[in-house]
Amino acid sequence: MKNPITGLNKIFDNRIRLGVMSILVVNDEVSFNDLKQMLEVTDGNLATHLVSLEENGYLKVHKGFVGRKTNTTYTVTKPGQKAFSDHITALENMIKGMK
Amino acid sequence: MSSENQPTDSLKDVQDIRRMMERSSRFLSLSGFSGIAAGICALIGAFVAYKLIDGEFGFYANTRGPLIMDPANLEFRLILTAVIVFLAALGTAFWFTWRRSSREGTSLWNITSRKLFWNMAIPITAGGVFILALMMHGWWAVIAPSCLIFYGMALLNASKYTLTDIRYLAYCEIVLGLINMWWIGYGLYFWAVGFGVLHIVYGIVMWYKYERKG
Repeated sequence: MKNPITGLNKIFDNRIRLGVMSILVVNDEVSFNDLKQMLEVTDGNLATHLVSLEENGYLKVHKGFVGRKTNTTYTVTKPGQKAFSDHITALENMIKGMK
Repeated sequence: MSSENQPTDSLKDVQDIRRMMERSSRFLSLSGFSGIAAGICALIGAFVAYKLIDGEFGFYANTRGPLIMDPANLEFRLILTAVIVFLAALGTAFWFTWRRSSREGTSLWNITSRKLFWNMAIPITAGGVFILALMMHGWWAVIAPSCLIFYGMALLNASKYTLTDIRYLAYCEIVLGLINMWWIGYGLYFWAVGFGVLHIVYGIVMWYKYERKG
């Protein structure tokens, strides 16, 4: 997953996946609709990226109900937090190298 | 987005991360007009209360005595005034913020406003119950400072979930409430400054800082 030269995580190359992780690391639990609203993306698009993040073990899915409507929420996992912070460190190093 | 991430892309990524973190954790659509409107409501309320007390005693004095739910009773009319002022201030503040968020195309009831609401509602409710007890015991003199201190604490708690500038308003309310404890009997004046003047000043500053151009 990691680029051996830069240390950047390939999974976070995508803006939506990067956005999802940014939101999840500062919030305990975020619903699908809140994510959709903040990232301004379509259902299908968001769902695909969420599945790939889940498959990598970066987030956990909780399926629940609010009345009759399904309410799916997401939380970041420990490995997800670690991968994200490593990614930020790599970005930092790149920017430092630029100067 | 390419796999060979360039430094300029890195910078863009970091800016994106920062923006999403902020956007998902703080409610930024609070309008300055909300503060101004709430302040005006408070000043009108303070004036009405002043007139009510003035009519009863002929001069402004701090009222004491047990709470009696009688429409002819001064305490009853003061509490009624307070409830109307609270609802009017809340209503107008809500309206201006709703107007701003609909203009900006953001939802009013989202993850950040929910957090702001609960973090504000808990200390406010605690304060409300506390003040209700003060009224029932007839300890009228400490009601105004209690309002100011609890409200300041609520704002301080809420400042984590909205523009951090609101913290300065919180500090002012708390300090004002504490000073009032040594100037017992002038509660109405302190109340008018804390809820009226400070809100208006805060609203104008916020409008000037964040909304003027938009």
